[in-house]
Formats: sequence, C-alpha cells, structure tokens
Amino acid sequence: MTTRFFGAPVQRVEDEALITGAGRFTDDIKLKETLSAAFVRSPFAHARIVAIDASAAKEMPGVHLVLTAADLPDAWRDKRLPLDVPAPAIRHPLTQFALAAEEVCFCGEAVAVVVADTRALAEDAAEQVMVEYDPLPAVVDCREALSPESPLAQASTGDNLAAKWTNEYGDIERAFAGAAHVIAEEYFQHRGTGCPLEPRGVLAQYDRAADSFTVWSATQAPHGIKRALVEMFDIADTQVRVIAPDVGGGFGPKLLTYPEEIVIPHCAQVLGRPVKWIEDRREHMMATAQERDQLWSVKLALDAEGRILGLRGTLLHDTGAFVPWGIIMPYISATTFPGPYVVPAFKLDTSVVFTNKISTSPMRGAGRPQAVFAIERLLDRAARQLGLDRAEIRRRNLIPTEAMPYKVGLIYRDGQPLTYDSGDYPKCQQMALDTAGWDGFEARRAAARAQGRHLGIGLANYVEGTGLGPFEGATARLLPSGRILLRTGAASQGQGHRTVLAQIAADAFGVAVDEVDVEVGDTASVSVGVGAFASRLMVNAGSAVGTSSQQLALKLRHIAAAVLDARLEDIELSGGAARVMGTQGGQITFREIAKMSSGRPGFSLPKGIEPGLEATYYFAPPQAAYSNGSHVAEVEVDPQTGLVKVTRYVVAHDCGRVINPLLVDGQIQGGVAHGIGNAILERMRYDEAGNPQTTSLADYLLPDAGNVPDVEIVHMESPSPLNPLGVKGAGEGGTIPAAAAIASAIEDALSPFGVKILDAPMLPETIAMLVKDAQARKDAR
Amino acid sequence: MSAVSIRVTVNGTPYERQVEPRTHLADFLRHDLGLTGTHLGCEHGVCGACSLLVDGRAVRGCLMLAVQADGAEVVTVEGLASAAGLSPLQEAFREFHALQCGFCTPGMLTTLVQLLEDHPEPTEAMLREELSGNLCRCTGYAGIIRAALKAAPLMKAQKETAA
Repeated sequence: MTTRFFGAPVQRVEDEALITGAGRFTDDIKLKETLSAAFVRSPFAHARIVAIDASAAKEMPGVHLVLTAADLPDAWRDKRLPLDVPAPAIRHPLTQFALAAEEVCFCGEAVAVVVADTRALAEDAAEQVMVEYDPLPAVVDCREALSPESPLAQASTGDNLAAKWTNEYGDIERAFAGAAHVIAEEYFQHRGTGCPLEPRGVLAQYDRAADSFTVWSATQAPHGIKRALVEMFDIADTQVRVIAPDVGGGFGPKLLTYPEEIVIPHCAQVLGRPVKWIEDRREHMMATAQERDQLWSVKLALDAEGRILGLRGTLLHDTGAFVPWGIIMPYISATTFPGPYVVPAFKLDTSVVFTNKISTSPMRGAGRPQAVFAIERLLDRAARQLGLDRAEIRRRNLIPTEAMPYKVGLIYRDGQPLTYDSGDYPKCQQMALDTAGWDGFEARRAAARAQGRHLGIGLANYVEGTGLGPFEGATARLLPSGRILLRTGAASQGQGHRTVLAQIAADAFGVAVDEVDVEVGDTASVSVGVGAFASRLMVNAGSAVGTSSQQLALKLRHIAAAVLDARLEDIELSGGAARVMGTQGGQITFREIAKMSSGRPGFSLPKGIEPGLEATYYFAPPQAAYSNGSHVAEVEVDPQTGLVKVTRYVVAHDCGRVINPLLVDGQIQGGVAHGIGNAILERMRYDEAGNPQTTSLADYLLPDAGNVPDVEIVHMESPSPLNPLGVKGAGEGGTIPAAAAIASAIEDALSPFGVKILDAPMLPETIAMLVKDAQARKDAR
Repeated sequence: MSAVSIRVTVNGTPYERQVEPRTHLADFLRHDLGLTGTHLGCEHGVCGACSLLVDGRAVRGCLMLAVQADGAEVVTVEGLASAAGLSPLQEAFREFHALQCGFCTPGMLTTLVQLLEDHPEPTEAMLREELSGNLCRCTGYAGIIRAALKAAPLMKAQKETAA
C-alpha cells in the first residue's frame, strides 16, 4: 500500500456544506406533519410530586397531547433508563425515569411533555400544566453529602453514597513512613457544562405499517440510543433506526441516552405523526449532564531528592442525582492520578455521592483533568518545599522511555492492567520546555515586573488512555459507479471523521479522498456500533476502515489478476483502476469490476472469487492506547482585579501516528480553549437550595476569541503497537492538563503574594480575594 | 395571535409572508422560508450563531422579530457564495480549518463579512476583540482568525475590482 494521504493535512470533505448553510442538523430536518414538543420541568432541586393537573393545557389551541408519568406505558412504571456500564461497586444503580412520577431529584427534571402544532404553542401549554410539589430538603454540596445530618438526595436510598471502592498497589504505609517529605493538600474542582453550540434535539417518526421507529438525535452515540430504545420498548433491534445527522459539537454530554430520547419516540407512536423536540439553552444548563465536581484530599511522599515514594488519599466525586454512566468517570479519575510518573506505592479511596443536581457524566477529559490537577499541584508544592525547579522535579519522576511498555499496577476501566504502551515522556516535556523558552522565562518575568505587570509560567504533564474498545466496525464497498463507500459505526460531532476515514481508505484503493463516500452516525450502516467518546474513533473505526479497505482492495486485485491474466503481485490499484505494473499489460477500471460483479446476466466473476464487492471488519483493541503530552502556559495576572490573561500556550503532544495534522492541531487548539474555560471562566453555580444560577451564556462564560491564544503545538510520534495504524486518540489531550498548567502559572505569577491555588475554576473574584487575604496575613505578621 | 403581513428580500429573492408578531427573524427564515443555514445556539443573543446581515449590518436573528425586517434586505449564510463559487472568506475557512462542527460557522461568516467590509485591513487583536461576541466551542478560534486575516485583502481586492 502506498501512502499518499495518511499524514497529509487534507482539507475536510465536510466543510463545503457547512460553510454554505447546507448542513443538516437535527432541527434542519423537516418531515411533513411534524409536531413540536416542550417539557414541563421541576422548579425544585428535590420535591415530592403531589398532583399534576394537565386539563387546562390539554384545552389550549394547537395542543395534541399532554403526557405525565401516569400516561406512559405500564411497563415503564418501575423501569428506569438503562444504566450504561454497570459495576459491582455501585450501591444504588439509579438512573432517571422517562418522566418523573413521584419524586424529582434535580431542578430541570422532566415531569410532563406537551406536543403541539408549533414549539411556541407547546411552550405556552407547558406553562399551563399545574404541578403541585411538596419540596424536600436538598443536598447541594457533595462535601456535605456523607455527613450524618445530610438530607437524602434520593428518598429511596438510606444514604447518599452511590458507590465506593479503593485502588491500590505497593506498600503505601512503608512509603510514607520512610519519606523525607510529605505534601498534603486538598483540591476542589467545580462543575461546568460541555455546552456544544448546538443544544440537544430529537426528531422521531413511527411507521405504523412496519411497526418501527426512525429517530434523529443530536447525539454522540446513535447505537447507544438504539440499545436503550430496544430495551425500553422491548422490541427487536430491527425495529429501530437511529441517525445522528450533522451534530453541532458533543464534548461528552451528548453521549448519554436522555429521557427525551425515549419520550419523544413514544409521543410519535401515540400520535402517528413525527414529533420533534429541540432543547433550548436554559434547558441545556439545567437538564444536560455536567462534569468536574470532585474533592481530592491527597498526600505525596518523596525522598530527599524529590523522588516520589507514594501517593495516597481520598477522592469524593459528585455524581449528581443519578449514575447514568455508572462510575466510569470517577474510575478514570482515580486511575489517572499516578500520571506519567513512577509512583511505587499508591492508595486512593473513592466515594461517589448523590446530590440534587443534574447528573455528571464524561465531558472532554472525562475525570482526567481533576486527577492531573491534583498530582501536578502536589508536584509544584513539592518543588517549592524542596527548592527544585518545577520542571526538574518532574524530570526526576517521569517514566523513562526504556521502561515502556510500563505497567502502572492498577486495573484500567477496560478491565485490563493499566499499561502505557509507548511514548517518551521526558523527551516530550523537554520539547514543551524548549518551545516555550522555559529557561528564559525569568528574564521575561523581570522585564514585565519592571512595568508593573505580573507574569507567571506553569507546566503540567498528562497521560491518557484513548481508543477504548470494545470495538468498532466498518464496511468498505465498491459501488456500481466505481466509487468507494465506507459504512461505519462512527458518529461525528465536528471531528472530521469522514475526511480522515476517507484518507485511510483512499490510500488502500489508490484513489483520491473525494472518491470515497463515508457514512457516519446511522445505525443502519453497521449492525452494531459503539460511538464517539473517549477519543476512541481513530483507533477503533480507523483501524476497522484500514483493514476492511485492504481486504476489499486485495479482492479487487484478485479479480483483476484473473481478468487480465496476470500475477496478483503485479496488480496495483491507482486512479480508480486495477492495472498490471510496469508493462503494457492493460487495466480494468473499478467501474468495470463493479459491473462484472453486479450479478447481471451475461457477466460473470472469475473462478474462485466469491460474489459481493465488500468487506466488513470489526476492530477490537487489546487495551487502551496511551497518548501523552506536556503543556506550558504563560499568564498575566492583575492582582487587583484577579483578571487572568493566558498570553502564551505551548503543547508538546504524542498521539502516535498522525493521520491529518490539520485536524489534530484543530483538536488540540479547541481542547485547550475548553481547558482555559475550565481554568478561569466556566462555573455552574447553584444556590443553597440547589437552584441553578447560571442558566444563560451571559451568566455562564465560555471562552471567546479574546481568551484563547494561538496554541504553539509540537508533535512527537510514538506509534502505538496496539493497532495496525499506530494511532492514539487526540480529542481530549488539549483539555486534560490545561487547568493544571494554568493554575501553576497563576500561582507563579502571584508568587510575590504567596497565594496558593487549590481549586478550579479560578475566577477573578476568587483570585482577587486570595491576594487580598494573603496581603492581610502578611500585614498581620 | 393575528398574523402580520411582511415583505422581505432574502439573498436577493423577494418574499411576502404572514407572520406572528412574536416570531423572531431566525425562526422565520428557518421554518417559514426553509433557510436552515442560520443556526440558533442560545436564543438569548449571546452566542452569535444566528447572526445574519440586515441591510448590510450583522444582527442576531434571535433578537430581532420577523416583523421588524419588513422592507429589509436580508443576507444569510446561504447567500454568501456566488454563482462563481465560494467567497474568499468561505474558501479561507476551509483552508485554515476554521470550523469543526460547523454550527457557529454561519454566524462567524456573516459577522466577518460586515467586519471586513468596515475594516478591510484588520489586525489580529482587533479581530479577536470584535469576534468576542461569537462563540465557538470546537476550534479555539485560531483557524477563524487566520482565515479572516487571509480573506481580508482578497475581499478588499474583489471590492476594488467590482468598483
């Protein structure tokens, strides 16, 4: 196989439609007779539903249907939405009901649905659904959830402890007993929202004759929704097709199956007409999963030279009102904690607690940013205590490349021993430092100080399990037109999968990228699929496309060899034809091969060739492939106002072989932007009663063009031995260490004041207050 | 609610329609005229995804009522390319990977059309300031800024040729 497109900055095949307004997002799909839905949502964080009176709403003009839990199928009375990824450590496997019947556990939980001619009429009528609530005490702060005096977040449980487990290896007691230095700190990460620019949305159509559903959803996992529908409706999987059309960003929250994705198809079935629901931004801030609330109380043991001896502590994770994705995210947090460092002994006790807020679930980084924040803050503190440069203490502890593959000692979420497959972490850090001019920073700092400005620099490393299984499939097919069609279980929310998968196939068939059609996001494409999360698609779908394309390409060469009476090894594919190399031996075009193989009378395949010009391959990785990287942030902080400007940002990144650098750099730049938001802007606020306070984009600040510098990106390529392409995931690395690097830089900038950064996000008011308090302490001395 | 009659020209085509007074311009374009290129990201005027041009000025389609557009010339993302092909700005967006999911892109493009019209020789700092009213969650803005800087002189030259 000659490589022409793998590794090239190919422009995207997705773009033309999207820059001309011809994209097709869920709300752009217009089916005749479609009705619109609006949900009635709880205004309380925790309450008992006493009574619902929908009679007035039902009389409103244009209203076709009002449903409460009592109107749903009997089979759903005790049937909660399926829990993805169950685990023995989960004590209370609670997920949402399609509609809340007796108890609401977060502000925004759906209790009724109204379907009307238009969205405006549905919203008018939703306001007329009268729900009588008996408010219950709410648990809002996860730090109080385990106190004996705490109210219960869920009336059905005896306590708020959703799950509890320990991850450990090595002799932790001995490590701490023999330590020259012990650093102990407590870090809190507050929650934010994924906030894709396109909110969620569902359109469902029920075909009475075929007794089947077609559901369009702005989702990251159409196959996941399909599985949930099959389970909830108790139907065959041939009766459901789920399509993710163009999806306007995902970032994690669109990975779950939500109640709306069950209720809307039910409405379509009841009414016999298509029904559409489009989430508004306020609903998104209230009822779409969020992430990052975690409290880390941790200790680091070091020897006199600053080498890590042990790492221990507790992790308290706020899962919100339910555990829709089980305990995957805190489990990732716990196992990410040792990071790229040699940690001889480790013990972390994790408790997952319920609170009366929307559930948390993986969001770009998926529990890793918090873990990286904790270990990197500990190392910064240790460097200060030992009088070492922050880069030097890391250098002394990074896993050397000779130790690869490196067994950490833990079991990862895929059930395999946590094993870093490849990489050169010390070299990667050095690349970041060199690019950032780490050694020359003191001169820059001094120059800025002379002008009264406070500059700081920070560093953070990470390692990330990507390309998670269990599998992804792909079919490569030669079409009658001579074009190649790829059908995959992939779903895309802007990553450019169609382009990259086409690059892989184009190389196998010797055609141009635009001669390959790629289907993504449709459960009808392949019988089983998983979805776009955990930076997994290039490893899984990419490898599946690579292998199925090569299998089909081989078959085309076999046919050509027979037809052209040549040896197989003399046949090459190029320019849409199979030709005999180096001679005048002739050629046969793909179109001719397709014609010959189409089953038309008068054409026959050469002997020994099975009919059908397609190949399907499912790739199942043996374990996760580990990407890694080092980030250096430079910031300017105004100690008076607490305002932080990220002035420079460097990423040294290793995601194995890079298929399309244009797109990988785009993922990193965008990921860093998300991380900057997590570090200094984005905070979902709740009041003491659990009411969300940041329900608009004017209250909840996303990074804008003025907050995000042009990230300087350098690549290392340590190919993963775990898949045929040698690739690793690249979708989340930009975000994972960003808050840690920026916290390090802010603390560095404020070193004259002696401020400690222990939490994220670090909002201006928090920083200004920290500086003020530090000043007051200084003055008091 | 009684409907109001409006006349509006969109991407060069005149329309006469009855609209409810409460229908905002973006919903009118999307649902009454079927021009779904204009996207709604927040419906409260912050994200800028629904930006479009009304009489040459970039406005938020979610903050303007359709009835207010009576008599106006509206240009949406569907109207940016010509028969000759993509505009230099659209071409630059593709070249510099200035879009990922593409949901904010229509608002970015229309906002930049007016911006570069008013400021044919923009600086990066000025673009970052002016574009701060358009949110993008995917790209981290670097590609968008590069695309605008590349397109600015091309758009200026195009305008001078036309004049």
